[in-house]
Amino acid sequence: MKFVRMLTAAVLLIGSSAAALGAELNIKLEIPRLDVAEYHRPYLAVWVENQDQTTAAQLAVWYQTDSKKEDGTQWLKDLRQWWRRGGRELEMPVDGVTGATRPAGEHVLSFKGTDKQLAQLAPGKYNVVVEASREVGGRELLRLPFEWPGTQKQQATAKGKTELGAVTLNVTP
Amino acid sequence: MKTALRVIAVTTALLAPFASHAHKAWLLPSATVSTVDQWITVDAAVSNDLFYFNHVPLRLDMLAITAPDGSKVTPENAHTGKYRSVFDVQLKQNGTYKVALVNQGLFASYEENGARKRWRGTAAKFASEVPADAKKLEVSESVGRIETFVTAGKPTQDALKPSNVGIELIPVTHPNDLYAGEAAKFRFLLDGKPAANLEVVVQAGGTRYRNEQQEQQLKTDANGELSVNWPTPGMYWLETGLQDQKTSLQQAKQRRLSYVATFEVLPQ
Repeated sequence: MKFVRMLTAAVLLIGSSAAALGAELNIKLEIPRLDVAEYHRPYLAVWVENQDQTTAAQLAVWYQTDSKKEDGTQWLKDLRQWWRRGGRELEMPVDGVTGATRPAGEHVLSFKGTDKQLAQLAPGKYNVVVEASREVGGRELLRLPFEWPGTQKQQATAKGKTELGAVTLNVTP
Repeated sequence: MKTALRVIAVTTALLAPFASHAHKAWLLPSATVSTVDQWITVDAAVSNDLFYFNHVPLRLDMLAITAPDGSKVTPENAHTGKYRSVFDVQLKQNGTYKVALVNQGLFASYEENGARKRWRGTAAKFASEVPADAKKLEVSESVGRIETFVTAGKPTQDALKPSNVGIELIPVTHPNDLYAGEAAKFRFLLDGKPAANLEVVVQAGGTRYRNEQQEQQLKTDANGELSVNWPTPGMYWLETGLQDQKTSLQQAKQRRLSYVATFEVLPQ
């Protein structure tokens, strides 16, 4: 009986660490309002990076998806780091990841450990990377370290200078 | 006469771009990282400064563009002007394209009835086109490559397979995956075998706006490999060459080999 209890506990433990059941990852990011003559919404990518800078999970890619306009995928390469680290290997659009560009302001991305973006993420140390690139504007990249799923609540913050405002990462085990 | 001189200058540059006093021959693509169906435009010129067209154009007769699947691509809108040649390429396939000017052949000069004659051609045609009793015959052979690489989407390797003739570059680091501050490794082959102790020069573009040439003098190891550091992002020029006696024709005493490539190095 004791053995069965132990076994159940072990299975639960393995289960929770593999899929991080109940864990959550939330990102609050700000696209700054810019006073420029010609403004275009930035292309933006958010992904989870391994310690060796390879990509562990794609979280979001915002680009020009309007089919009435010029093909927006041709400028995805300007998200230079994202492009190099796996963007160039993706077939656009990616369900649950890609979407249209968003206006200046605060945006929230929330993922559960059971969501398909994070379901395959093994326990360990990672960075959330946020990269933004704007037509006739600049490019900026921020990294926020975290442990997945971790043992306690974690928060990381970073602040961009030009193309990104404040970015806050919250991870709940 | 001027045109003739210019053609000679171009030919000389093609033949021996590795001589230290010679001009630099180069291809300059408008982009090296792109996506499928996009166009690139490429400048082809010979100059002292990198990458400014201010001397003579490179002729496009020997232009060979290899698509990611190994097939040949025909350039569009090819034009040769005063200082540069230009052509466009549409990247219809995903993967890496090799754009190359390959200059391979035999050159002979001799006297016939007291007049100086010049001949250019292949080993197969030599016997039928150059008189057997040609006086003061001098024959040389050359294999020269001027290359650059462009990728739509994910970098691939198929277009970079060597022909095993002359000097060729084999990527260890992919030539469209170069970043400032990260060392890149290349392997050089000579007739398909590792080219050891090959002297290679690497130089960043933008020479007009700095005082020093900033040439990196490198040498391949026993495996024909070397490592290049890119201090800053930008376009870089690489050149190497040598002479040997491995000619394809008995009458040719010397073979001149050269290899030039242009790379784009991106910021992190």
